[in-house]
Amino acid sequence: MTDIDKIARAFISALPHAAALGMQITSIGEGVVVMTMPWDARFVGDPATGVLHGGAVSSLLDTASGAAVMCHPAAPVSTATLDLRIDYFRAATPRQTITARAECYHVTRSVAFVRVTATDEDATRPVAAATGAFTLDRPRGLT
Amino acid sequence: MTRTPPEPVQVIKHRRDAALKALTAGVPFIQYLGIQFDRRGDELTAILPFDPKLIGNPALPALHGGVTAAFLEVAAIIELAWSTLWEGMEQGSIDPAEIGTGPLHLPKTIDFTVDYLRTGLPRDAYARARVNRSGRRYASVHVEAWQDNRSRLFAQGTGHFLMPGE
Repeated sequence: MTDIDKIARAFISALPHAAALGMQITSIGEGVVVMTMPWDARFVGDPATGVLHGGAVSSLLDTASGAAVMCHPAAPVSTATLDLRIDYFRAATPRQTITARAECYHVTRSVAFVRVTATDEDATRPVAAATGAFTLDRPRGLT
Repeated sequence: MTRTPPEPVQVIKHRRDAALKALTAGVPFIQYLGIQFDRRGDELTAILPFDPKLIGNPALPALHGGVTAAFLEVAAIIELAWSTLWEGMEQGSIDPAEIGTGPLHLPKTIDFTVDYLRTGLPRDAYARARVNRSGRRYASVHVEAWQDNRSRLFAQGTGHFLMPGE
């Protein structure tokens, strides 16, 4: 495992809420993370249809975005969400895993900008997308 | 001329509390996060009691940003549904006994923007939402969340929603 893998996997396994929602990292690149969240009856927003709650999808988008910041080549020591705007395109299909692909596409000395898209098993029709700004704490001595 | 005596206060309270409960009790994710609602007349306060599973960063420790987003969104949707319901109940166009008997039709989120103002501490959080505009099809809702101190918000959000039945 490369350093960047280790850092990002340690980051995600250390997040109790991400672990509680069953999130897993499936791939990591420089500033890019793909993360999944399985469907779970406890995370449903509409019991009549079994559609996941928007808040659960938001959690996945936020976590994937934070992870994308952490594995950016700037090698931040920590990050926190400054703002996140989520657009909901359609209801996620019940009983399907949600996959989020987050990309940290620009960083400044202290801010990281991220975009992220979520799909269910039909990858051609996104479920939701978000853009966010995150704090970027660089290692001491490198600021 | 005889005047109908006003309904006993307990009857009114029970009816309103039951209507509010019908909105929230059936949503699994609201129950999973443990969100409750406190009602004073028509004013709602959403409460998120602290739980270790809500932690994002154990080093600080801090609430997960996704939890904060979900909490704000839930508070906004329930406020919006509640304000519509309240109006209907007061005008008599909604029969409170019918609420919760059929499938719930909650507003759908179109977009939601969260401002993270401070670290969410490992304590209970509170939120109040305000419906800024509620039309036939679309609504705009603002929501503010705080922890120990009402004047020191830790997050705020604005969302647009599609009203049910359209």
